[in-house]
Amino acid sequence: MLVMKDVYKIYRTDTVETHALRGLSLTVEEGEFLSVTGPSGSGKTTFLNIAGLLEELTSGTYELDGRDISSLNDRERSRVRNEKIGFIFQSFNLIPELNVFDNVDVPLRYRGFDRAERHRRITECLERVGLASRTKHFPAQLSGGQQQRVAIARALAGEPRFLLADEPTGNLDTNMADSVLDLLAEINASGTTIIMVTHELTLADRARRNIFVRDGELHDGPPELHFATAASA
Amino acid sequence: MLRYYLKLGFLSIRANPALSLLMVAAIAVGIGACMTMVTVRHVMADNPIAHKNDRLFHVQVDNWNPNNPYREPNEPPEQVTYLDATRLLEAGRAHRQVISFKSDRVVQPDDDEILPFQEEVRATSADFFAMFDVPFKYGSGWDAAADRAEERVTVLSAAMNDRLYGGEDSTGRMLMMNNEPYRVAGVLDDWRPTPKFFDLNNNPYEDPEDIYTPFSVAVTGEWGSSGNNSCWKSPEEAGYASYLASECIWIQMWVELPTQADKEAYEQFLADYVTEQKELGRFPRPLNNRLSTPEEWMINQEVVDDMVSVLLALSALFLLVCLLNTIGLLLAKVIRRRNDISLRRALGASKAELFRQYIVEAGMIGGAGGLAGIGMTWLGLRGIENVFSEYDFIEHLVTMDWQMVGLAVLLAIVSSLGAALYPTWRACRVSPATTLRIQ
Repeated sequence: MLVMKDVYKIYRTDTVETHALRGLSLTVEEGEFLSVTGPSGSGKTTFLNIAGLLEELTSGTYELDGRDISSLNDRERSRVRNEKIGFIFQSFNLIPELNVFDNVDVPLRYRGFDRAERHRRITECLERVGLASRTKHFPAQLSGGQQQRVAIARALAGEPRFLLADEPTGNLDTNMADSVLDLLAEINASGTTIIMVTHELTLADRARRNIFVRDGELHDGPPELHFATAASA
Repeated sequence: MLRYYLKLGFLSIRANPALSLLMVAAIAVGIGACMTMVTVRHVMADNPIAHKNDRLFHVQVDNWNPNNPYREPNEPPEQVTYLDATRLLEAGRAHRQVISFKSDRVVQPDDDEILPFQEEVRATSADFFAMFDVPFKYGSGWDAAADRAEERVTVLSAAMNDRLYGGEDSTGRMLMMNNEPYRVAGVLDDWRPTPKFFDLNNNPYEDPEDIYTPFSVAVTGEWGSSGNNSCWKSPEEAGYASYLASECIWIQMWVELPTQADKEAYEQFLADYVTEQKELGRFPRPLNNRLSTPEEWMINQEVVDDMVSVLLALSALFLLVCLLNTIGLLLAKVIRRRNDISLRRALGASKAELFRQYIVEAGMIGGAGGLAGIGMTWLGLRGIENVFSEYDFIEHLVTMDWQMVGLAVLLAIVSSLGAALYPTWRACRVSPATTLRIQ
């Protein structure tokens, strides 16, 4: 379970102070499929980065599976990130000089699994995303949809409890986007909690719960409602 | 994980060949320049008898001018007189003792096809070979009895034996020098101590002599010294006998004293000897005896030219400049790889793991730079050899041993790791959130 209470994130420079999150409180239950929508610059990616332990919060509390994250050092945060969280990015973020197999292998290396265990997990995940025959291919040899599937396989290989997806279909055409969303839904059905940031309402509708972020503040409910409110305001 | 880091390092180098090549080249050129001078200095400053450094001592007694020291500040003469050399030798107070000087003879080969030639000869006492661990190929040196009996025996170097006898066992054969026959007692194996620690007077890097004869035979034959001769006052009369009785210094003396107690006893013996000589009207200067280990003696004689140290410092500065360039190139590489760094952070790599990954990669680049640096060093040494080709001994100063090869690689790796610290630290501080967001 993910619990954030009264989370603030403030970016400071010498002259400017930017409040990216303002007292955000949120609880995400085990197995949820949550979409996060909001206008550009609203703070939804900042929220995802804090949820994924890529950034530290300025104030407030954040508990992941009952553990207070804010008190962890870098090594412990990396460990939590590696064991509990999987990332899917809009631009796939595959490592170009590694082939498909080795890309999926990256998080497992930091986990300390032996060779046989890594091989088993990588093979299973690539089969799950339908790319078992592409293990020796390099990212440049794959289509966008295939690259995103490799990224999903990489995120799944560590069997994370939470999958954080930042605009996972932003660089894909409609067919490929549908296929990726189907895959995410299937993953969610198998018990993995998914938090997906998107600005597309049709995609947000695929989630079982929607939250809307505006000016760093959280609003529950269908995104259409909030977008309409934002537009009329 | 080391194998994984090595694999990543290899892939990274392959992915950025131009940048990697520039880094390897920068390190190689710096290492080449630095190691060229380190090698020259290493050979010049080497102690070829280091394993006996704590038991061999060069002997100095101060018989010099009462008004001026032999060399400032208050250095005693570098050699000893015939009077002192023979008296100290005869006293036999050390475990082993050697007196020697360099002379020259005309060698008359048996083989009519080889013309007679002039050759430098070392006249020395019997302990020379045992004291300095001189290796023998055939036979042996002579003994103290041969010294006393003024036996015409000789020991040849391997090169001289090759020249005169085609390399065969020549022990027992007679060698003519200045129309006098000498029985070959032994033939040395390859032996070329560099520097020539037992006689640093002329050129510390010249080859040792190829022919050795008993000191007593040389004196009886009234051989002159072809090494340094210094006198603070002229011999009282002309002639060899007067020269032997003079205060002229021309003989090198070494003693072997196995223990500290032996050394202290010998120091006392020298003090007593000089005091006794003072009563006889010699040694007008204050007591100033010295016993120097080979290492101390080489430092005292400044066998390493100051210019070499200056050049070494300059080459070290050049290496530093090359490393600064490497730091810049590594920083450029880190900037190019921010996405990779951020991604690995997001996937669970800690800062420490990333640090290790990049340090291993830097070590690989350093290793490659070191290997290329060995080639650069070889080129540098060949350059020195060509520039100073008129000096016979130069080839012995520009040789790399395995110790130097290992040092070159080690220096390159350590240097590149040092150069990598700051860029790697920067790599670990890359904010994954910021980098991944702007993709």
